[in-house]
Amino acid sequence: MSAELMQFAFSGLTVGAVYALVALGFTLIYNASGVINFAQGEFVMLGGMTTVFIGAAGVPLPLAAILAVAITVLIGLLLWALAIETARGANAVTLIIITIGASIFLRGATEVVFDKQFHALPAISGDDPIRVAGAAVLPQTVWVLGGALSVVVVLYAFMERTLIGKAVIATAANRIAAKLVGINTALIVGLSFGISAAIGALAGILVTPITLTSYDVGTLLALKGFAAAMLGGMGNPVGAVVGGLLVGLIEAFGAGLISSPYKDAFAFLVILAVLFFLPAGLFGRKSVERV
Amino acid sequence: MRALRSPFLAPLVLALAAVAVYALADSNFVLRVASLVFIFGLAAIGLNILVGDAGQVSLGHAGFLGIGAYAVAVLPPQTGLHPLLAGIVGVGVAGVLALAVGRPVLRLKGHALAVATLGLGILIFMALTNEAWLTGGPDGMRVERLTLFGERIRGATNWYVITAVALVIGALIAASLKASPTGRALRALHDSEIAALTAGVDVARYKTIAFVISAVYAASAGVLLALFEGFVTPDVAGFLTSIELVTMVVLGGMGSIVGAVVGAAIITALPQVLTVFQEYEHMMLGLVMMAAMIGLRRGIVPSLLLLLTLPGRRGRDKR
Repeated sequence: MSAELMQFAFSGLTVGAVYALVALGFTLIYNASGVINFAQGEFVMLGGMTTVFIGAAGVPLPLAAILAVAITVLIGLLLWALAIETARGANAVTLIIITIGASIFLRGATEVVFDKQFHALPAISGDDPIRVAGAAVLPQTVWVLGGALSVVVVLYAFMERTLIGKAVIATAANRIAAKLVGINTALIVGLSFGISAAIGALAGILVTPITLTSYDVGTLLALKGFAAAMLGGMGNPVGAVVGGLLVGLIEAFGAGLISSPYKDAFAFLVILAVLFFLPAGLFGRKSVERV
Repeated sequence: MRALRSPFLAPLVLALAAVAVYALADSNFVLRVASLVFIFGLAAIGLNILVGDAGQVSLGHAGFLGIGAYAVAVLPPQTGLHPLLAGIVGVGVAGVLALAVGRPVLRLKGHALAVATLGLGILIFMALTNEAWLTGGPDGMRVERLTLFGERIRGATNWYVITAVALVIGALIAASLKASPTGRALRALHDSEIAALTAGVDVARYKTIAFVISAVYAASAGVLLALFEGFVTPDVAGFLTSIELVTMVVLGGMGSIVGAVVGAAIITALPQVLTVFQEYEHMMLGLVMMAAMIGLRRGIVPSLLLLLTLPGRRGRDKR
């Protein structure tokens, strides 16, 4: 593979890892509640922006990052408690509008509390590129990929090895049955909002040194993450991760080889094609409905 | 209270409201804002057939608005076509595109149409932004003034009348559709696709019909918008516009024609009101959207009608 293609692959994997984490957040909340949370991109933005501003106030960056994750989780839980839980039982369209309202609100609040500028964070291991098969790779890329991998591994262990994780899986499989065996499904939905917020914030912190952040980066991330989740098959965590990486790669190669002004279009073109020919997504099961 | 259920009450209410606003309006500014409300109201009425009656979400409807708007902006200077003919071409293109996308996608369940329209809307937006040689790019382009019978159409009053008439015609068509077998089929499949299927309703076909109709409404609104403003930018086709359109429908009331226009009035007029709050504008918009959806989850008009017509059965609002 030529050095140029390697370069595209690495930049694709980096943004793809962020899309994958956003898609994973979508999947968690969708599985627990059936809600498509369009404020998912705002969690990513909040992670980056809060770290920048807490750091600027003199707090050491690692601590600032932890605080930022905690604050984002708190906002995620508030969103669930104040908006989603109070609107329980409303239909899907209404819930989508509520989460879109929440994303506009969070963007507006960030604009007021922080500012409208672009901000960067220093890269964790400096800016000297590593040479891999002729391609120059930023050390931060390794952090993003490693971070995404750790999130997937920890999440998998949590789901498979802990009782609460199993309760999340049970709720996703069948909400009424989960309730019948004594699982507090409302709390599980809250938990999934908290975890999704944490995952989003972490992705935002890790990728800010490469892509910068500002109050309005969340919208496009949410759209691509949603598209990635659908590409992988809505509701399937493995599909979400693979879908995210694929969307990132398609974008990088499309921009590099075909046309960079249409960078954002490639992902959506592929998704339209998937919908036409592979409606359940790459990893989705064919939906069979019981009557 | 039976009169409240007549299908043709909605166009009548809208026509009366348009006359009343005209009588009360004290400035051209009010008339211009009202014309914008009518234009977006027309798009919202169409989208409501898809969202409210057929129960499908479109997250890219502004794309159709954009097709209509750019048809009257691009075609007349390029081909010498009369703006009205150009508008008809735009509406036709939007309808055919909706058919091409809707037919395969609407056979699927769940949020497939939401994703497909999301992608379609963004593709249209990107094409309008990037093909600057044709569309003027992100800065937008001027639209030739509309001339009818040798007269240039201008002035707030003329446009108020044109947009009001378009809105009432749109409402009339939507009302007849609602009262027709197609309207009943749509509501049936919204309630239960399986039940509708057993009753002989071709679910995918009727959903596609609703999608095409809503696209035609949106493109017509786009045509009016471009001619009214005399200028178009790719933002008409942007994601935010699509979201605003869906919000108009859901906020005003799903399935309600008057509701769609009330929603359009709120979303169109709100930024004018919220400029008072300056930098808090987006926060307030988000808050209003969330609060309205949590408090009045059937939408403003149906919730109010329910209070009016069923004073003793308010508890039924839980579904």
